[in-house]
Amino acid sequence: MDAHVAQLQMQYRNYILSLYQQGFLDDQFTELKSLQDDGSPDFVAEVLSLFFDDCVKLVGNMARALDQIGTVDFCQVGANVHQLKGSSSSVGAKRVKGLCINFKELCEAKNYEGCVRCLQQVDIEYKTLKAKLQDMFNLEKQIVQAGGIVPQVDIN
Amino acid sequence: MVMAAEPQFHVLAVDDSLFDRKLIERLLQKASCQVTTVDSGYKALEFLGLREGVEINDPDAVSTSPVIHQEVEVNLIITDYCMPGMTGYDLLKKVKESSAFKNIPVVIMSSENVPARISRCLEEGAEEFFLKPVRLADLNRLKPHMMKTKLKNQMLEEIEKPSKVESGTAAAVVEPEVKDLTEIGIKIVPLQSEVEPKQVHLQVVQQEDQTMSNNKRKSVEEGLSTDRSRPRFEGITTAV
Repeated sequence: MDAHVAQLQMQYRNYILSLYQQGFLDDQFTELKSLQDDGSPDFVAEVLSLFFDDCVKLVGNMARALDQIGTVDFCQVGANVHQLKGSSSSVGAKRVKGLCINFKELCEAKNYEGCVRCLQQVDIEYKTLKAKLQDMFNLEKQIVQAGGIVPQVDIN
Repeated sequence: MVMAAEPQFHVLAVDDSLFDRKLIERLLQKASCQVTTVDSGYKALEFLGLREGVEINDPDAVSTSPVIHQEVEVNLIITDYCMPGMTGYDLLKKVKESSAFKNIPVVIMSSENVPARISRCLEEGAEEFFLKPVRLADLNRLKPHMMKTKLKNQMLEEIEKPSKVESGTAAAVVEPEVKDLTEIGIKIVPLQSEVEPKQVHLQVVQQEDQTMSNNKRKSVEEGLSTDRSRPRFEGITTAV
């Protein structure tokens, strides 16, 4: 074990902590990590992959629904928001979930402009999270390649 | 630690979302359960051997698709509430209405905290109502429920053995005369040595039974007995 591995591990720890501190992730993400083990080593990656696929699909649905200017089906938009809220909540994507809560209210109020703005924010937010988590996975890979073990980060 | 003696529970998980199915499957595996996942209430009933309210081994039933004739032992059904077509509530009703499967504990999951919905499900016979995201701690609380059914089935099999009735009815056991576990506990003298440890379990289950009924409304009330306080009801206001 060398200084290089130790340095990477520290970088990793700090990165994870910052993701929590900045509100990208919450304790549901911690729960997901705890479900990963030697029997299911890629569980978190698989679940995240499904989540981001969902994001693409749902954001697409909502964009199309909001495109029908004058005849926007807010129930339809709301149904998609509901789904996204559920999956973001289950994955620990705190910011995305928070946006969905607002989004839901905007749908109920049939606030067209509000919905359009919120959708844009959701789009940016999930993509940002995706990039951050990709960086996290890359760090993990680097650690393993350098012969180290990915540390368990204690959030508390 | 999973010991050889620890019983394997088989859970049928129902959810229309692939994402949620993956999650619940992993949670259940982590809780040392055998899992079968299906994406609809219809498929759940099919898996159990119940289609359109008709029990599969009914000779009068016309079957057009391949059917599972093996004995499917399911110790728990956990289902999402909001599903297209047949909701979790509908599935719950069908299960509770069936003579063969009404004793299988059913748990409902939902991402929404709607007290009226929760009450309705519990009144219809749901064992528990979990708010999503479901956690490992939630599932571990289900073990006593599953243990109860598993023991009941095993004990009933013991009763059935000497007088094996010809199978004209459902693959599962015939309408039991013994209604509750205490009766079974008293009537059955250990037939084999392996029954002995279970009697210890019986006592545990009975004690836990009392506490379980107090905890039924847990999803509606705040405050779970976990180590850290989780802002479960963040952003949601409920008037109970």
